[in-house]
Amino acid sequence: MGMTMTQKILAAHAGLESVTAGQLIMADLDLVLGNDITSPVAIKEMEKNKLDSVFDKDKIALVPDHFVPNKDIKSAEHCKCVREFALKNEITNYFEVGEMGIEHALLPEKGLTVAGDVIIGADSHTCTYGALGAFSTGVGSTDMAAGMATGKTWFKVPSAIKFNIVGKPSKWVSGKDVILHIIGMIGVDGALYKSMEFCGEGLKNLTMDDRFTIANMAIEAGAKNGIFPVDELTEAYLKEHAKRPYKVYEADADAEYDEEYTIDLSTLKSTVAFPHLPENTKTVDEIGEPVKIDQVVIGSCTNGRIDDLRIAAKVLSGRHVKKGIRLIVIPATQSIYLQAMEEGLLKTFIEAGGVVSTPTCGPCLGGYMGVLAEGERCVSTTNRNFVGRMGHITSEIYLASPAVAAESAVKGFIAAPEE
Amino acid sequence: MKATGHVFKYGDNVDTDVIIPARYLNSSDPKELATHCMEDIDKDFVNKVKAGDIIVATKNFGCGSSREHAPIAIKASGVSCVIADTFARIFYRNSINIGLPIMECAEAANSINAGDEVEIDFDSGIITDKTTGQSFKGQPFPEFMQKIINSEGLMNYIKNS
Repeated sequence: MGMTMTQKILAAHAGLESVTAGQLIMADLDLVLGNDITSPVAIKEMEKNKLDSVFDKDKIALVPDHFVPNKDIKSAEHCKCVREFALKNEITNYFEVGEMGIEHALLPEKGLTVAGDVIIGADSHTCTYGALGAFSTGVGSTDMAAGMATGKTWFKVPSAIKFNIVGKPSKWVSGKDVILHIIGMIGVDGALYKSMEFCGEGLKNLTMDDRFTIANMAIEAGAKNGIFPVDELTEAYLKEHAKRPYKVYEADADAEYDEEYTIDLSTLKSTVAFPHLPENTKTVDEIGEPVKIDQVVIGSCTNGRIDDLRIAAKVLSGRHVKKGIRLIVIPATQSIYLQAMEEGLLKTFIEAGGVVSTPTCGPCLGGYMGVLAEGERCVSTTNRNFVGRMGHITSEIYLASPAVAAESAVKGFIAAPEE
Repeated sequence: MKATGHVFKYGDNVDTDVIIPARYLNSSDPKELATHCMEDIDKDFVNKVKAGDIIVATKNFGCGSSREHAPIAIKASGVSCVIADTFARIFYRNSINIGLPIMECAEAANSINAGDEVEIDFDSGIITDKTTGQSFKGQPFPEFMQKIINSEGLMNYIKNS
């Protein structure tokens, strides 16, 4: 029986000829990742168990990004803990504020995640690197600690759902609409414990940034990972960024899938997930009564990349956010920030009445830089709209693409740009 | 090993943001996290929960973030076991890794009511609702995970293997 793309990568990293769904394996890790919230718990676990060295100082990435620049004293203590650990263990890939970015935008950009890798990260959106043809998945702090100490972790080999992508999306439809559509279709546990494997001739019409967005939100369908085949676009991205050799794996022609879906990009419309689950999706044209909003956030590991900012700037150019609406734009990395500045995008945002923040996860998880008050509504390009996620438990989050977020900021209610 | 306690009952998709809101993640102290456990879904939970109590929920418990603070907060609040129809995968791993007993059992998850007194026998996987007299067979862990649990968590398992 053939293997899926995910199964092939896992087999190779477990030193096995082949694996089957449900098999428990021990796999070698190419990268172990943590941030300022999850790493301190992992570091304490290592110290408590007297594990005083890491398996490979080049294969660990520590990225303080959630509550940095430090939002309060306790956050500062967490960051200090990570900084001291990185120094002591001479961790090559520790990123201080001036060189940081949101981890899942930063690591591909720095060339630290490449096709064929097995990556674990103590952050649920670690599944983002599937866009590059890697197996990557989120774990908790204890798994991170064990991974840092041993360079290995155990996995139960997942079965897979196949998404055959065809067609070409219309002008304002992007990766966010594709993944929201899929989550709306299969539900927040529709891919529980499984791989989401994307394939098909329509992939050529999705940019790398679209693919990062789609793989990023695989976890919102409960998936273990989301993964894309390596094509010309991926190769071009890797040639520009990769710091080490990569390996291309392909699913076998006779690989088995639990389910198969065909997604025709040409039929997709701007899509929004209503409170309080990412599966509560509606297309913008299905919304009846206008949904008035208070705030718009454009950023995060889901949609803070350069394509996202370009789309938002295109919508906002020469226009102004509606009076009383707060627009917060957060480039995901320092490099994206700089590029947006050079392209004049930041000028567009500021002239339109928005604020631009240094890279941070901040508002996405109700940390800082855009926390919501009682009853407030936010259109956000982030990934979760759970109760209380961005602030008060009565506040509401509507997940959308950068195009919809930008148009909504101008209109003051949820809206998509016109064709 | 057995656990007995009263049940706190929740529905589908209890996410890690309601188990422990991110506004408290500037701390990683289990006792402090426990004082905010379940706050955004059930503000009385922390006042009512007693050592040994049991959380029962339906589908996809623990979905969302990878924060280990979620099972840590539940464990530190005194809960002896979480029973659910299904668990989100990262929460499942994290619970085993930190030694919070969890059990997948659709029948129990859907039949047990809030406030019921429930006994769990971890060796046999038998869940008994003492209030209604019903009993259920929980899903046993694969041998590999049982070893991690018997070692009282992943770190001990690694040290000893």
